[in-house]
Amino acid sequence: MQSALSLRLAQRIGPLPLKLAGAAALAVLLAMPALHLWTDPASSLHVSAYTLTLVGKILCYAIVALAMDLVWGYTGLLSLGHGLFFALGGYGMGMYLMRAIGHDGNYQSDLPDFMVFLDWKTLPWFWQGSEHLAWALCLAVGVPGLLALVFGWLAFRSRIKGVYFSIMTQALTYAAMLLFFRNETGFGGNNGFTDFKRILGYGIAEPATRATLFLLTVLLLVAALAAGFWLVHSKFGRILTAIRDAESRLMFCGYNPLYYKLFIWVASAMLCGLAGALYVPQVGIINPGEMSPANSIEIAIWVAVGGRGSLIGPVLGAGFINAAKSWFTVAFPEYWLFFLGGLFIATTLFLPRGLLGLLRRHKENA
Amino acid sequence: MMHTTTSQQVQRESWDGDTAASGRLLQPGLDVTHGQILYLDDISVSFDGFRALNRLSLSIAVGELRCIIGPNGAGKTTMMDVITGKTRADSGSAFFGQTINLAQHSEAEIAQLGIGRKFQKPTVFEAMTVQENLELALAGPRSVWASLRARLTGQQRDRIDELLTLIRLGEQRARLAGLLSHGQKQWLEIGMLLAQEPQLLLLDEPVAGMTDAETEKTAELLLTLKGRHSLMVVEHDMDFIASIAGKVTVLAEGAVLAEGSLQQVQADERVIEVYLGR
Repeated sequence: MQSALSLRLAQRIGPLPLKLAGAAALAVLLAMPALHLWTDPASSLHVSAYTLTLVGKILCYAIVALAMDLVWGYTGLLSLGHGLFFALGGYGMGMYLMRAIGHDGNYQSDLPDFMVFLDWKTLPWFWQGSEHLAWALCLAVGVPGLLALVFGWLAFRSRIKGVYFSIMTQALTYAAMLLFFRNETGFGGNNGFTDFKRILGYGIAEPATRATLFLLTVLLLVAALAAGFWLVHSKFGRILTAIRDAESRLMFCGYNPLYYKLFIWVASAMLCGLAGALYVPQVGIINPGEMSPANSIEIAIWVAVGGRGSLIGPVLGAGFINAAKSWFTVAFPEYWLFFLGGLFIATTLFLPRGLLGLLRRHKENA
Repeated sequence: MMHTTTSQQVQRESWDGDTAASGRLLQPGLDVTHGQILYLDDISVSFDGFRALNRLSLSIAVGELRCIIGPNGAGKTTMMDVITGKTRADSGSAFFGQTINLAQHSEAEIAQLGIGRKFQKPTVFEAMTVQENLELALAGPRSVWASLRARLTGQQRDRIDELLTLIRLGEQRARLAGLLSHGQKQWLEIGMLLAQEPQLLLLDEPVAGMTDAETEKTAELLLTLKGRHSLMVVEHDMDFIASIAGKVTVLAEGAVLAEGSLQQVQADERVIEVYLGR
């Protein structure tokens, strides 16, 4: 039984070429910050700040895609509002970064610039404590988690499913975007947060800071993959797929799907929040545009293109589409959305299991 | 929400020394002093003005195998929905044993109380193997926390082996359930019900779409379960009913039309009328 189990485990992790490819990808990712720091900018091996930031950003997206896949690919809940959790995590971190500017803003005030601009005299209550990175991280994870808990409890208890659930998540992120666009909400209105100077005293644009943030992102992605792997192969993970495939059967087996859905939904939102918190210091800006419905739909496309219901698929999808996007929007800026839409349609029609399905099919044929 | 089924299980094991028995008829906590496991009393259910159940009263004895027949739209599936908590009755009451009012429990709770249900269309978890399907259905704690830490015990493995033999799917244990034949899926679903160790099994058309040989084997299986479990079987296949039935209840227009042995109800004028039309 023991050997059979390890055999199955090996099959699940994937065939040898896939493992080697994964190890190589990880090695390259770990080498990138080193090449950024310790090579001569003129050398062909040098990784520029632009490249490092771009890849770091895509890695954050990959974490979001993974979180999305846990609720969509495994549990069958299509969220079209996952960008909200990501953005809230980003805002949590952004609050700290704004406070860390200190007196170095345009108005040389204790308050963030936009508050001075609005003629506010004191910090709003919800900004209290945001000068501490630890508290900001708590907010970045806790606020998306709490919002997901309340929303999920109401939706799942009322047994809202399928397209109705998707539409509600979409409405949620849209409503949040409108709320954050208002100056009175206290998060910088449509400009959001930007012009960050430092994090924990280190300059935000310094190579070492960039390299550290990049490494943390790689670590979070690896940790999320490992946790996801453990989760989906536990009995809990099987219950998630049971919810996706035959929820009523599961109920008549004596399981209450509510708590299972709620657990994975909240965990997914918290992971998105963490990804958002790592995204903002690397990209240097967060604004309500991140909450736009289009962003959340794009997350779903990453997952669909990469391959739903697998852990590595969404990571590939996020990487592929965003790499394509950064090239396309420079080369043919007008055609990017057409390309994205076409890709989504083609995937739906020809690659129901996404890019990963294509790789696997290729292997099966070989 | 989280029932302590583990302690019940321990009690049940000690209460019932016969470990070979694949189910337990009685469970501490379920009061069946009057010999009835299920009482439906005066139940009515309407959907948009259509009376699916019309003052239906019915009871099932402990260990009984009851067949329910009736023309389409007689309310058979609605009755199962009411018993399992999927549909709420507009009036009337449904009791499990003497004391458990089924109207006060959710689907999942009712399943945990010991009522298992097989759907009309065989419903199994197609993306999982046969064995994994049974693992999920095995009686035990149902909380998220327990599912994160769950490991199969030796006892549970034995129980799965036992069930696989019973439902004749031993050789298919590692196959994906989605790849099974229709009849095998029906059996797997019955196996999943048994894995829950229910006291009352509701089977909605268990032999629909089965070959004659499969139907025969299913009849054998149900007869071995009779006495250990209480069973309620809804079927259209009269030959199948003839091969298993003790008592038959005929439903028509949401109420009980006749009750008795198969010969008795088949000879009943009113039954002939609803089946053949006026």
